[in-house]
Parts: sequence; C-alpha cells; structure tokens
Amino acid sequence: MTAGLWQHWVLPGIWITVQLTVYSAALAAAVAFGIGMARTHRSRLVRFLAGFYTEVFRGTSALVLMFWLFFVLPPLVGWQLVPMWAAVLALGLSYGAYGAEIVRGALNAVPRAQREAGIALSLTPWQRMRLVLLPQAVPEMIPPFCNLLVELLKGTALVSLLGVGDVSFAAYLVRLATQDSAQIYSVTLVVYFVLAFGITRGMKALERRTKANLGVTVK
Amino acid sequence: MYSAGAAQSSSWDWSAVWDFMPRFWDGVLVTLQVLALGSLISFSLGLVWALGLRAPSRLVRWPVTAVTEFIRTTPLLVQLFFLFFVLPEWGVKFSALTTGVLAIGLHYSTYTAQVYRAGIDAVPKGQWEAATALSLPMHRTWLAVILPQAVRRIVPALGNYVISMLKDTPLLAGISVLELLQQSRLEGASTFQYTEPLTVVGIAFILIAYPASLLVRALERRLAR
Repeated sequence: MTAGLWQHWVLPGIWITVQLTVYSAALAAAVAFGIGMARTHRSRLVRFLAGFYTEVFRGTSALVLMFWLFFVLPPLVGWQLVPMWAAVLALGLSYGAYGAEIVRGALNAVPRAQREAGIALSLTPWQRMRLVLLPQAVPEMIPPFCNLLVELLKGTALVSLLGVGDVSFAAYLVRLATQDSAQIYSVTLVVYFVLAFGITRGMKALERRTKANLGVTVK
Repeated sequence: MYSAGAAQSSSWDWSAVWDFMPRFWDGVLVTLQVLALGSLISFSLGLVWALGLRAPSRLVRWPVTAVTEFIRTTPLLVQLFFLFFVLPEWGVKFSALTTGVLAIGLHYSTYTAQVYRAGIDAVPKGQWEAATALSLPMHRTWLAVILPQAVRRIVPALGNYVISMLKDTPLLAGISVLELLQQSRLEGASTFQYTEPLTVVGIAFILIAYPASLLVRALERRLAR
C-alpha cells in the first residue's frame, strides 16, 4: 500500500466513519428516547403512532431506506440530500427504532410503585419521567445500547455504497489502486474491530458511573 | 461506487410499478434463495461454534471466542467485499451469489452460536445432574433432557435472526447479486425511474418482515408455556 493512499483516503476515511457513528448515534438516541417514552404514554393514539413508527423502521432494510432517502425523497420534496446526511438520517431513524424498544423495556422494568409514589407526591408526568423513572431506567439501558452502538458502527459501512468516503469506501479505492485486496480489507476489518472495542470499553465505564450514582456496583 | 443520479419523474407512476414486476419477482426469488441457504449455513456453522465455545479445553475455547467476536463486531459489507475480492486471489472462484450466501451465513453463524449457547446454558444445572444420576448416556442426555428444554429459547431467537438476515440481503447488491435492491437499481438505471421500484422494494420488506416478527412473537409465547 502506498503511503499517499493511506494518508489521503484511509485515515480521513476512519475519521468519517467516526463522525458518521457519532452523528447517527445522536439522532438514534433522540429518536429512541422520544419514541420509547411515547410508547409508555397515557394516550392510546400516541402509543399507536409510536408503535407504528417502530414497526415500519424495524421492518425495512437500512440499506433500502438509505437508497430511498437518497433517490426517492429528492424528487418528492424537491431538494437533494447530501449523501452523508441521507446516511445519517437512514441510520439514525432505523437504529432509533431498535433503541426505542430498549427505552420502553427499561422504563417498564422500573417497579410500578415508583410511578405510583411519583403520583402520590403529585409530580407532573414530565417531572415523574425526569426525576424518578429515567434515572433508574437509564443504567439498565446501557448494556443493550452498547450492543446497538456496535451494530450502528457496522451499519456505517453501508454508506460506502452511496459514495461517502468512509473507511470502507477508502478500502475499495485502495483495492482498485493496488490490486491487493487481502491486505486492505484485513486492515479495514481490524479498524472496525478496534473502534467497536473502544465503544464496549467506554460503555462499560459509563455503566459503572451511572450505576454508582444509584448506589449499585457493577461486577 | 454508485453516483447519485437525480431521478427524473416527480410524481408516482403506476405503470412504472407494473413494468418493474418481472424484475421484482426475480429479485424475490433470489432474496429468498439467499435467505434459505444463508440460514442453513448459519444454523449449522453456529452449532459448530457453540460446541467450540463450550469445549472443555481452553485451547479450543479461546480461538473460537476470538474468531466469533471478530466476525460479530465487524461489518457484513466489508466481510462480503473481503470474500468477494480475496477468495479469487487465493485461487478459489465462486459466483457472486455463492460468495454472498457464504458471507451472510458466516456472519450470522456467530450470532446463532450465541443463541445456542444461551439456550443450552438456560437449562437448569439440576437437569444435567439428574441425567448423570440416572446414568443416561451422553446422547440420551442431550436428546431427551437438554435439547427439548433448550429449543423453546433457541427457536424464537433464531427466527429473529432470520428476519435480520432478510433485512441484510440487500447488501449483496454491493457485489451485484440480483436480489431485490439490485433489481430495483437496474430498473432505475434503464428507465430513470428509481422512485417506484425502490418504494415497492421497501414496502415489500415491511410486508414480509412485520408478519414474520408477529409469527416469531406468537411462537415465543407458545413455546414459553
């Protein structure tokens, strides 16, 4: 592998992969909390709409969604998405749907009495959510969110098919230039593995910290 | 790899849906074929991994753990390209379809391995001890005691991974396998209408995946009893 390719494509590619992961994770987290909390809402209509969202975005393939946002949406609404943002939107919206199930599960796992105690103290529904339910539910969400984040990182590789210059796309270019597939694809796989390893380590630390706030020790 | 061609038409055209249908059915057949063969490989290879993960010798357990973890935490798309471009360099020549099935089967085998392991671990220890106390031979212990109890956890979880696998089959378009996404792209490339084929394919996925997930949930409830 020549040095120029490494500097001009692979390293920036890794950086784009990291950026993509961060942006889509932020969007996915917003969607997950929004939809997940809506699924525990009192109104049946809100619950239904949130459930509908989850089923649609979990039901379709992230790659098909990405192509749809990139090719179909522009003529329908009259503006073109930059590939990078089509990708972030597709990843954030679909992984957010999976995240919503995690949020819902964790909220439902908080003992019922906690919700009732909140009512007894005449907290508003939002105060109950913010002060009582979420602080207890969030530490429970972290391990499944960690798995989801690794899945999301893997999902970012799809953007190379839209021509976004992430590390998978860089690998493709380097392969074209050097004809040495084994080396560049091995390197790429190791890059993803290392990034995923960083995520699992970081999430473990986060879990330990949030649980310490509740007085629970993680093994 | 693929440039962004802005689609030509701006309104929905039913005749374009109609024209897409022959390609659509071809794509459905290939997608289902990939799904069936991929499931077969991942179910059987996953069992091999699961046995490796339970092996008494650390010399077996450790490499199997490392390999499955590595495959599980790296993207299927990159693995697909790895196999597609590297195997021929090593003198192994497969068609794109075969390579795709191999990649998807290999990737998901690392997930099914975890399913088998969790299913077997969930059988209470007392059941093993009871089998030992009755001095059942090994094959009887597995077939009559452990597996029937493990199956109720394994089958629904496998079902969920089959649905995930279905949603990952469009990745094979990346190496030009003629599955649903690739068919819709070919249609778009020849008619300049991407809207209808891509939307049809997207809806097709929801129409297959949603009832399938309801089915898995029903199965889960039934086996849990």
